[in-house]
Amino acid sequence: MQNNIAINVEHLSKTFNNQKVVDDVSFTVKKGEVFGLLGPNGAGKTTILRMITTLLKPTTGNITIFDHDIKKDSKLARSTFGVTGQYAAVDEDITAKENLLIFSRLNGLSKKEAQIRTKELLKEFSLEKSADKSIKEFSGGMRRRLDLAISLITRPEIIFLDEPTTGLDPRTRTQMWDTIRNLVKHGSTVFLTTQYLEEADTLADRIAVIDHGKLIRIGTPDKLKHEIGESKMSLKIIKNIDILPAAKILQNALNSKPQIINNTITTRFKTTEQIIDGLSQLSTDKINVSNLTIQEPSLDDVFMALTIGKN
Amino acid sequence: MEIKKNRISTIQNINTMAYRNLLKTLHNPDHLMDVLIQPVMFMILFGYLFGGAIAGGVHAYLPIIVPGILIQTILSAASGSGTQIKEDMETGIFDRFKTLPIAHIAPLAGQLLADILRLVLAIIASLTTGYLMGWRPNVAFGWIVVIILITVFTGWAISWIYAFIGLMAKSATMVESISLMTMLLLSFLSNAFIPINTLPKFLRIIANLNPMTHVITAIRQILATGTFSNTAWIVLISDLAIVLIFASLTVWAYNRQN
Repeated sequence: MQNNIAINVEHLSKTFNNQKVVDDVSFTVKKGEVFGLLGPNGAGKTTILRMITTLLKPTTGNITIFDHDIKKDSKLARSTFGVTGQYAAVDEDITAKENLLIFSRLNGLSKKEAQIRTKELLKEFSLEKSADKSIKEFSGGMRRRLDLAISLITRPEIIFLDEPTTGLDPRTRTQMWDTIRNLVKHGSTVFLTTQYLEEADTLADRIAVIDHGKLIRIGTPDKLKHEIGESKMSLKIIKNIDILPAAKILQNALNSKPQIINNTITTRFKTTEQIIDGLSQLSTDKINVSNLTIQEPSLDDVFMALTIGKN
Repeated sequence: MEIKKNRISTIQNINTMAYRNLLKTLHNPDHLMDVLIQPVMFMILFGYLFGGAIAGGVHAYLPIIVPGILIQTILSAASGSGTQIKEDMETGIFDRFKTLPIAHIAPLAGQLLADILRLVLAIIASLTTGYLMGWRPNVAFGWIVVIILITVFTGWAISWIYAFIGLMAKSATMVESISLMTMLLLSFLSNAFIPINTLPKFLRIIANLNPMTHVITAIRQILATGTFSNTAWIVLISDLAIVLIFASLTVWAYNRQN
C-alpha cells in the first residue's frame, strides 16, 4: 500500500436498530492534509468519526490507520492518534494540570516526561495561569483548548476533531483555527467534522460532504464550489432605456437568461472571458453601467444543493 | 522532538486511574460525606433509639448494631462506584479513555482500586463511633483486623455489582435510586439491627435469604468467639465468586458499545 495514506476507509456502514446511519462510505485521507467531513446535523459525521477512532464497531467495512487494521491492531492504531470530542471530554473535577499529567501517564510518558510535557502544553495553549484551577471555572474556549492540548500530548500523527468550534464565540473560533493550522504546519494530519461551511472552507484541503449517512461528494473546496455552485454577475444600468438592450447583450455574451430587478441585471456566468466580452459590447453600444459586482460560488451553495438534512 | 512511547503495563495504568479517582475525591471531599457521616449518624441514632427496646440498653445493643452498621455503610460506599462510573460515562471521559492505547479494563479497575480507600474510611468511621459509644469487643486485636479485611473484601465484591449496574443503567440518577433502594432493603431486611426471630414468618424467610444476614452473622461470630467460623468461609468464597462473575460482566458491559 502507498505510504502517503493516513486513513483508509472502505465500504463503511453502521446500522442502529435497523436504521442505516452510515451507508457504504469509502474515502482516504492523505498524510499531512486537513480532511473535513461536512454535513448537516444528524448526517452521520460523528458516527463515522467514532468508528474510525475505535469507539464504535462498524456493522460492515474496513478501516486502516497507517496500515494498522483497527480491528486487529486496535491498540497500535490508537497509539497514532488523538481525539477531541464534541463535548470537550476533560475531567471536570480535577485541575487542568492534573488532567494533562494523568493523560500523559496514560499515554505512556514517564513521570518526568509527563511533567515536562504538561508544562510545555500549558504554555503552548496559554493555560499557565489557570493550571491549578478546577475545570468547572473554565470558559468554553479554555475547556476546548485544554481538550485539544490533551489530545496532543504524544504529538500524534493524526488528530481527530469532532466539531472543534461548535458553540465558541467568533474570537475563540479564530484562535482555534490558528491552532489547527499550526498543527498542520508541524506535519500532523487533521480529520475534522464540522457543520460550519466557513470552517471547512478555510481549514480543509479536501472536504467530504455527508448527508443521511451517504458520502455525496468529495474534493477540494474550490472543486466542489465550481462543480456545484455558480458564479453570478450583477450590474446597474444608469439609463432606463438601456435596460432591455443591455439584458439582451448580456444574455448572448454570458449564455444565460438574466434577471432584471429595477435597474439591476443579474446573470450567471461560467468564465471570466464571458464577462469581459459582455462588458466590452455594452461599452461599444455606449451603455453606461455602475455597481458591477461578481459573486463567486460559496460552499453554502454546495451545502444547500447537496444536502437535505433531517428536516 | 519525538515523544517516546514507553510500553506501560496495565498495572501502571490502573494505578494512574486510581490516582485520578483519589484526586477527584480530594477536590470534592463532599463525595466522602456518605461514608464518613452516615455511619456516625446511624450508629448514634439507632444505638440510642433502639438500644433500650431491643437489648435492654445501649451497651448491650452495641455488639449487635456495630456489625450491622458496618455492613450498611459498606453497602453505601460500594454503591458509590456505580454512580461514579455512570457519571464518567455521561461526561464522555470514558470515551476518551477508550481511545487511549491502554487496556480496556484500566479505567474500571482504577475506579475499584480507589474504592478500597472509601471502604476503609467507612469502616474506620463505623468502628470508631462504636468504640466511642462504649463498644469493647472481647477478642484479640488481630480479630478486629480480620473483620476489617472481610468487610473490605465484601464491600469490594459488592462494588463490582454496582459498577455493572452503573454501566447498564440509563442515567446516574437511576443508579443513585437503585443504590439507595438496595441499600435500605438489604440492610433493614436482615439481622443488622434486630434479632431475626422477632420477625413474622415471611420476613424471617426473606431475612435469612439476604446474604447480608450471613455476612453480619460471620462478623458477630468472630467478634464473640475469636474463631474463624464456617459462615466466614462461606462469605469469603461467595465474595470471590461475585468478583469473578461481576468483573467479567462489567468488562463485557464496558466493551459492549463498541
